[in-house]
Amino acid sequence: MTLSNDYQDIPGTYVFDAKHSRLGYHLNMFCMSLRHAENRDAFKANEISYLEQFTMSQEQRDAVLGRQWNDMLRLGGNIYYTSKLAATDGLTFQDLAAIMTGSSREQYRKMMVNGGRPIDGNRSKSEWTRER
Amino acid sequence: MVTAASRNGRVSAKIVGGVATSHVPAIGAAIDQGKTTDDYWAPLFKGFEKSQKWVKDLNPDVAIVVYNDHATAFSLELIPTFALGCAEEFPIADEGWGARPVPPVCGHPDLAWHIAQSLILDEFDLTIANRLEVDHGLTVPLSLLFGQPARWPCPVIPLCVNVVQYPPPTGNRCYNLGKAIQRAVESFDEDLRVVVFGTGGMSHQLQAERAGLINSEFDNRFLDDLVNRPDKARAIPHLEYLREAGSEGIELVMWLVMRGALSKKVREIHRHYHVPASNTAVGHLILENDLP
Ligand SMILES: [Fe+2]
Repeated sequence: MTLSNDYQDIPGTYVFDAKHSRLGYHLNMFCMSLRHAENRDAFKANEISYLEQFTMSQEQRDAVLGRQWNDMLRLGGNIYYTSKLAATDGLTFQDLAAIMTGSSREQYRKMMVNGGRPIDGNRSKSEWTRER
Repeated sequence: MVTAASRNGRVSAKIVGGVATSHVPAIGAAIDQGKTTDDYWAPLFKGFEKSQKWVKDLNPDVAIVVYNDHATAFSLELIPTFALGCAEEFPIADEGWGARPVPPVCGHPDLAWHIAQSLILDEFDLTIANRLEVDHGLTVPLSLLFGQPARWPCPVIPLCVNVVQYPPPTGNRCYNLGKAIQRAVESFDEDLRVVVFGTGGMSHQLQAERAGLINSEFDNRFLDDLVNRPDKARAIPHLEYLREAGSEGIELVMWLVMRGALSKKVREIHRHYHVPASNTAVGHLILENDLP
């Protein structure tokens, strides 16, 4: 049986499917470790050596160290995991969303207060390539 | 044990109401930090005043709270599609920002174990959780309905649904699980009045370049269909949730568990819809069985 993956046509979105989950396993488990305060402290004290405990790819390590949030997602990260790294940095979900969408905190907040990102024009990758 | 409350010579537990609500972490933070009357938050919390009164008057004996764990108690090591909390107590989790300052959640092991056994024999092969830290997915709905008491007014049975690892269970499966929960509750020989919460949603996307997506048209249609046309709501495919309600909007399948646990016809006691709470469209319903 072939499972449908029509969802790959949704723009600006990484669906956390099997492929993604396998790719990001260690990256996400690193993020998971930051749920505990003592691990957050250890990570903040020396990020590079803390990361050595996890068998992540160099690309994943670089994304973490450089706080390249969209790269982390592309490399198998899941938002509920990467948000624990954000929390370690003192960022909220909304701060993180602003960064991932390339907006300032104020611009993003304003967009949300005005009703959020509209669905029209944001359903299919074809709609994004046309505009950009 | 036969009490005055018995009918037809048999005492049993019953489901007396359903609650649907979003469970945005920022709502919990606003409550904990005393910001509920700020301009930003006031309209959201206003919509829960009637609900707080409703639940206080109803005074349920137990709440079954259908929610999802957000990489808190479960990581990628173990991903149960459905897990039922059967413990005496569920500690409040530190999700990375420190634990919320809310009372620990007391369970109802007698009813929870009864439901677990009944569901498994009813062919819903769920996971039994004897140790479960609960996150904002469960505590924010409690705060919205019960306010800030020193102790939660009733025991809680957490029912955890995987919606993080794709694919979550289908809406139809969730609805049928709700039906099985209703059968399980009604076969418990104690006069308990049970409320079922379905939590999460509504439209929202937290991740990547499309973050901030809100689709009020989808949300309002979902509210209407969930109440009046549950057969239509339970047929919504995953692709539609992901595309139309955002990648995290797929949490709405959990509302279908609550809806399944109620009768086919329900009375809508209250509805509230507000955009935004942080990144999310907040939806809320209070439903009661419309008995003939
Ligand atoms: Fe959630």
